[in-house]
Amino acid sequence: MAEILASFGLALRLMAAGDPEFVRIVTLSLEVSLASAALACAIGLPLGAVVAVASFPGRHAAIVLMNALLGLPSVVVGLVVYLLLSRAGPLGDLGILFTPPAIVIAQTLLVVPMVAALSRQTVQDAWHEYREQLTSLNVRPRRAVATLLWDARLSLFTVALAGLGRAFSEVGAVMIVGGNVDGVTRVMTTAIALKTAEGELPLALALGLVLLAMVLALNAGAYLLREWSARRHG
Amino acid sequence: MASATRRDVLPLEARGLSVRLGGREILHSLSFRLDAGKRTVILGPNGAGKTTLLRALHGLIPCAGSITWNAGSRDRHSEAMVFQQPVMLRRSALANVEYALAVNGVRGEERHRRAREALERAGLADLAARPARVLSGGERQRLALARAWALRPRILYLDEPTASLDPAAAAAVEADIGRVHAAGTRVVMTTHRLGLARRVADEILFIDDGKLVEQTPADRFFEAPRSDEARRFLNGELP
Repeated sequence: MAEILASFGLALRLMAAGDPEFVRIVTLSLEVSLASAALACAIGLPLGAVVAVASFPGRHAAIVLMNALLGLPSVVVGLVVYLLLSRAGPLGDLGILFTPPAIVIAQTLLVVPMVAALSRQTVQDAWHEYREQLTSLNVRPRRAVATLLWDARLSLFTVALAGLGRAFSEVGAVMIVGGNVDGVTRVMTTAIALKTAEGELPLALALGLVLLAMVLALNAGAYLLREWSARRHG
Repeated sequence: MASATRRDVLPLEARGLSVRLGGREILHSLSFRLDAGKRTVILGPNGAGKTTLLRALHGLIPCAGSITWNAGSRDRHSEAMVFQQPVMLRRSALANVEYALAVNGVRGEERHRRAREALERAGLADLAARPARVLSGGERQRLALARAWALRPRILYLDEPTASLDPAAAAAVEADIGRVHAAGTRVVMTTHRLGLARRVADEILFIDDGKLVEQTPADRFFEAPRSDEARRFLNGELP
């Protein structure tokens, strides 16, 4: 118990002091996670919406595959990205293994299935309600997808947030492709893993608390935005 | 948009129109003709297939038999429909009308002008900036009508336009329908309200159990219906 209380104190001190190493870790965490969540949404939202609206052979298989990929083990994704980016791999010439872009790639691959599967469900529910109305208005499928994405924006915002949460909390793949290099690819989760291994439990826990506080703040902000928007737009 | 140089889409002729949904035949071989200039009310007891008939005419569900338009092939831009529970997009009332116009190829300043005009005609100008999904049921229904009318269809289908509305809102919708007709749009609507049918209809398509029982001018239908089913319906003996 004393250890946990000490961690709280340490967490507050870390945040208040603005220790450069600490700030760097938090900033990098934010940057790579926001970048991956944004990329994953750019790919996953339209993908989910198209699968929701379009009818094509193999659609059911695509849905099952998308849902199955939700359970993708992150270390496997890390390993695949590692193999692709390693010097001998097909993308080795990029030379980005153990750099932040590698982390972004791995996290994006992890978040895309989640965003796609959840937005597919959300958009499909909206399509069920809108279908006849949009057909009656002569809306073509491409425009229907855009319309549904925009009209379901409140629910999809939550989907994006869930994706960001997944990126934030990711450790396995990030450790493999980032390497937890001090000052280069060390993010909050890998720092926590390292400090725990080194026995610096209060510091590890303090970092964990900061991570938790950031995720909470993001979600609280998102919740308020959503409530405000729901009241305004119905 | 229907232009003066093109042949009018009406009259419309349905021959042997049948609809099967989920393995059940909802409409059995309906044949009728809709001439220009009249208001048709599709009347019938609950579950007779009124809504299904509208959806089939509007091309929302597949049907057997044929629907022939005077103009030849179907021109989707000449039709619009107001659903019993219209879907409003999550944007302002004005933006809902503008969206419908945009989809149907109306651009720029013209789009904005026509959307405003449609709201004003329906007496909804005050609501233009309000989010459409938080409007009351009556306001949504009238907005749906304004949105459909803004497309300047030749034929407008209305499915139970006053169901679940309070008397004031129902009267407003009824007045809107009158204006749509006066402006030259062919009105085809379903209702189970006899009072509304009496006031609005020029002719009645009476259907029962998926079959067309009679197509009769409205005054004659209400005075002396030809069929027993219609007589029983008018006497309130059918649901």
